[in-house]
Amino acid sequence: MTASSLPAGPVAARPQPVWRRHVRAFLRDPLALLGLAVLVLAGGAALLAPFIAPQNPYDLATLDIMDAGMPPGSQSFSGMTYWLGTDAQGRDMLSAIIYGLRVSLVVSLSATLIAVSVGASLGILAAHAGGRVDALLMRLVDLQLSFPAILIALILLASFGRGVDKVVIALVAVQWAYYARAIRSAALVERRRDYMEAARALALPTRSLIFRHLLPNCLSPVIVVATMQVAHAIALEATLSFLGVGVPVTEPSLGLLIKNGYDYLLSGKYWISTFPGIALVTVIVAINLVGDRLRDVLNPRLAA
Amino acid sequence: MLTYLFQRFGQALVTIAAMALLVFVGVYAIADPIDMLAAPDATADERAAIAARLGLDRPLPVQFATFAWNALHGDLGRSFVYNEPAVQVILQRLPATLELAFTALAIAVVVGLPLGLWAGLRPDSASGRAIMAGSILGFSLPNFWQGLMLVLVFAVTLGWLPAGGRGETVRVLGIETGLLTLDGLRHLVLPALNLALFKLAVVIRLARAGTREAMLQDFVRFARAKGLAPSRIVGVHVLKTILLPVITVIGLELGSMIAFAVVTETVFAWPGIGKLLIDSINRLDRPVVVAYLMLTVCLFIVINLVVDLIYAALDPRVRLSESEP
Repeated sequence: MTASSLPAGPVAARPQPVWRRHVRAFLRDPLALLGLAVLVLAGGAALLAPFIAPQNPYDLATLDIMDAGMPPGSQSFSGMTYWLGTDAQGRDMLSAIIYGLRVSLVVSLSATLIAVSVGASLGILAAHAGGRVDALLMRLVDLQLSFPAILIALILLASFGRGVDKVVIALVAVQWAYYARAIRSAALVERRRDYMEAARALALPTRSLIFRHLLPNCLSPVIVVATMQVAHAIALEATLSFLGVGVPVTEPSLGLLIKNGYDYLLSGKYWISTFPGIALVTVIVAINLVGDRLRDVLNPRLAA
Repeated sequence: MLTYLFQRFGQALVTIAAMALLVFVGVYAIADPIDMLAAPDATADERAAIAARLGLDRPLPVQFATFAWNALHGDLGRSFVYNEPAVQVILQRLPATLELAFTALAIAVVVGLPLGLWAGLRPDSASGRAIMAGSILGFSLPNFWQGLMLVLVFAVTLGWLPAGGRGETVRVLGIETGLLTLDGLRHLVLPALNLALFKLAVVIRLARAGTREAMLQDFVRFARAKGLAPSRIVGVHVLKTILLPVITVIGLELGSMIAFAVVTETVFAWPGIGKLLIDSINRLDRPVVVAYLMLTVCLFIVINLVVDLIYAALDPRVRLSESEP
């Protein structure tokens, strides 16, 4: 990071780019590779859902109530095979899972991105402004982190009601404090470094000081945390939707699919709930594998 | 000490007031409760009458003042669904949740502490690695999914334990408890295990980290030199040092267990306050939602305060004077 902000000049022996070394170190771990492969597959499936799903699960015209509750591998009247069975409305579970994955990933990724931006801005602001602003913001962070995430999310969703946008807001509200705290402490260290001293000595405008010099150097530890936090966001979103306070029934995420199938679990129709659950857990584990490896590669000091 | 106590107490009061405002504004001001209470074809006059009866026609600050004043007197409104004071509705279901949370806590500590100790003593052994891998799974997999799998395996497939409900309860000292009947205990196993899994990972990690650190300390080497049996070194000296962080976290986790019981209670249809909250949100029973949130927030603040004080009492190094770093 610091290397890239140095003035370009004639360099005798061009050193190997840092990122290439990182990529190579990352690829050396087979588990992380597996995780990455799963994520690429899941991300691709979610992105291309309308093209690859055997059925549009929310187009009621394509559903046939005669096909309701069929076990995995059954054939429909029209000759289509339901590899993962159908739910109580005769919906193909494979298609429902692909679409559900889409909702889960969109919600958790956007929530994490927004939370990082909000947290980074406020954390930098606190570190830069200091004094009363800093004290106030950090008190707020302390206060929020003393409550469990699910309680905060429940308070917000109890007031807002269900909705994709509302779940995103709740997830942002739950997460921003981590980033604000992490960025602030990184910024407090970084702003005493020589390069910041030099930048200040050049009388650069504050905006450039913060965005060009301070922020890039505070972000790298946060990137790793954010990767892992996506997994938390997916899990929390699934939990909220399972509780029935998350996404609306018209846009079911994996958590909501699991909830819908839960009623049938006891009557032996295990597939309606189990397959979305397996999809959910696979994605979460894959993100953790990738995140673990990223942490080791990018920030060896953090490794336990 | 006294200054510290007062300071913390003041902070706690400010937090409660802030949360009361947040919850009130969130639940009462954003949506209009009259839409739900009045018949769909109600005239404007009828709606106004309901608003006047509930005090909803007054300015928001006045409404909040009334709410706060009543809340200070222990009155958080009447449940629309049960037509009883909301606080009473919650208190009736509290024993079920506490029973669940304490049992889960006991499981987490009784199972987690030895596992963590073991993993800390042999960090590189296969068993130590397996314990850590298990704790990572416990950490990262959603709690409700773990509960679902417990139901699928033990209730649906094996048929050993009931999948939901609280079973038979008996009344002891005016409190319903399922701890004293076989049926109640059978119903308790899966939910308690589910809730415990969530915290087991935390206890294991703490105990493992603490043990690894303690084993390198001089006092362990000294105890060894003195010729103490390894079991005594671990069971007394090491255990004592790792207990401190575990106690702190357990204290804090009790609150989060009650909050997380929302999930477990929903999975296992456990009739506690968590399930009540979800039901009340779905039925738009706002007084109960507000009462639950306020009580839980207060509970959290009290727990945080108590844990800080215990921590200070156990560890003299903790500075009691609050000074900004």
